[in-house]
Amino acid sequence: MSTEGQLDTVQMMVNMGPQHPSTHGVFRMVLWVDGERIVDMEPHIGYLHRGAEKLCEGEIYAQIVTLFDRLDYIGNFNNELVYCMAVEKLMALEVPERAEYIRVIMCELNRVASHLLFFGTFGIDAGAMTPIMYAFRDREKVQALFEAVSGARMMHNYIRIGGVKNDVPEDFRERMDKLIAELKQGIDEGDRLLSFSEIFLARTKGIGLIDAETAISYGMSGPSLRASGVPMDVRKDEPYSVYDRFDFGIPIGEKGDSWDRYYVRVEEMRQSIRIIEQALEQMPDGPVATPVRILIRPPAGEVYVRSENPRGEIGVYLVSNGADKPYRVKVRPPSFCNLMALKHLLRDAYVADAVVILGSLDLVLGEVDR
Amino acid sequence: MAERHSREETPRAPVALDDRSRALELILPKILAEFQPAIGATVNLVEVTVKPQDVPSLCRLVKEDSQLSFDYLLCLCVVDYLDYLQVVYHLYSTTMKYKMVLKANVTMDEPSLPSVMPVWPGADWFEREAHDLFGVVFEGHPNMAPLILYEGFEGYPGRKSYEMPEYTEW
Repeated sequence: MSTEGQLDTVQMMVNMGPQHPSTHGVFRMVLWVDGERIVDMEPHIGYLHRGAEKLCEGEIYAQIVTLFDRLDYIGNFNNELVYCMAVEKLMALEVPERAEYIRVIMCELNRVASHLLFFGTFGIDAGAMTPIMYAFRDREKVQALFEAVSGARMMHNYIRIGGVKNDVPEDFRERMDKLIAELKQGIDEGDRLLSFSEIFLARTKGIGLIDAETAISYGMSGPSLRASGVPMDVRKDEPYSVYDRFDFGIPIGEKGDSWDRYYVRVEEMRQSIRIIEQALEQMPDGPVATPVRILIRPPAGEVYVRSENPRGEIGVYLVSNGADKPYRVKVRPPSFCNLMALKHLLRDAYVADAVVILGSLDLVLGEVDR
Repeated sequence: MAERHSREETPRAPVALDDRSRALELILPKILAEFQPAIGATVNLVEVTVKPQDVPSLCRLVKEDSQLSFDYLLCLCVVDYLDYLQVVYHLYSTTMKYKMVLKANVTMDEPSLPSVMPVWPGADWFEREAHDLFGVVFEGHPNMAPLILYEGFEGYPGRKSYEMPEYTEW
């Protein structure tokens, strides 16, 4: 390859992970680099594979909620909800209104908590150490509320088939009002701190571009897809639960770079808080669960149910043969599909930007590997 | 008691299609006529069953047809029905908001069908995962290396016939 007067160039293989702080879990990628440019990459997943889908085939319907908790361990409520909706659809089960409102409030709070975690860790990925302190201060308050409502900070097992486990505590409204005021202030504070910082903009603007058509062909979803300018959101396209009763916007990006993917999430937190405020106003009194037996046998049939997770569109394909255990459960994990596009995003990027691009996808590896 | 356990007739979940799916059900037979598909419905989706070798050409047709434009692959999975394997594709149209489920049955002895990666690049990992767990071979897929399982893993753990290994300390 060498010609007179030129240095030899040779492609080098760089291994990242599986034990690497920037991968947010156990993810390994092999990069082939030419100088500072990435020529090609190969992702390796499966380090956290627990066979969750297979495990579901051996559990009764009520027990599977706990398995769904452990798929995406940052968006627990959203995962419980999509599974319960699938079973309810199969059984044609009505859920009391109050339960639907509690579900929506919890899921949206969970979205805020998840995006706050992203906000903090993405700051670290780009070299800013302070934002995570602000983010965790606020996230902790949300976790405290989760604990008051469901009894657990994570792995709540709160949303059940037919409703929710128990009603919210008596001082829920006061606590929520206080929490919302604090969250609003916290989000604004973080936004002012990081979003338009000169260094942060230089690290993220125009980095990791993906256009709408490519993003759709890879099956990307959620904020990562909306950053490319596609207003696709299951909450609007196919409203589930009581989402059709709220007035909220779908933030979209312009170019589909890392900064857009970041800022769409910041805006989404504000929209989630709008939903929570409306839900608190509209929340009716009444029962919080339709009585369902522990051992249920849904009729034979199959459903595919979609919902919007903090990371994107999660789907559950449930096949029942009329027994007390499902015949097959398949999860469509949003992070799995978003991660598939990484190969495209990293091509021709600088090695130094690899961490930022990976971070901007907001992955949870527990869900990718299942 | 005995009567209850030997009950052979399991109730079927009733079909409850939404308006969008009903509209799709009406236009589909005409567009897909050349493949002679079996068109039915699951609880909430329009269901199309075709021969395995027709899958890629049908996928390309439904993606490029302006009335349908199924440009988004929601999910690809395999279901083990003991005497055959069923490959299930869930499709979505971002512009027309249609949803559809496409099914192809492959035999247990020779589970293979053409890959749909040329139509939707997003099928890549789903197909590799299906190969890992169920042993379905997707012809034309550029890289069928293990994705979820480690290299050298024996057996197909997704199948019903797979026996879970006993717990061992290591």
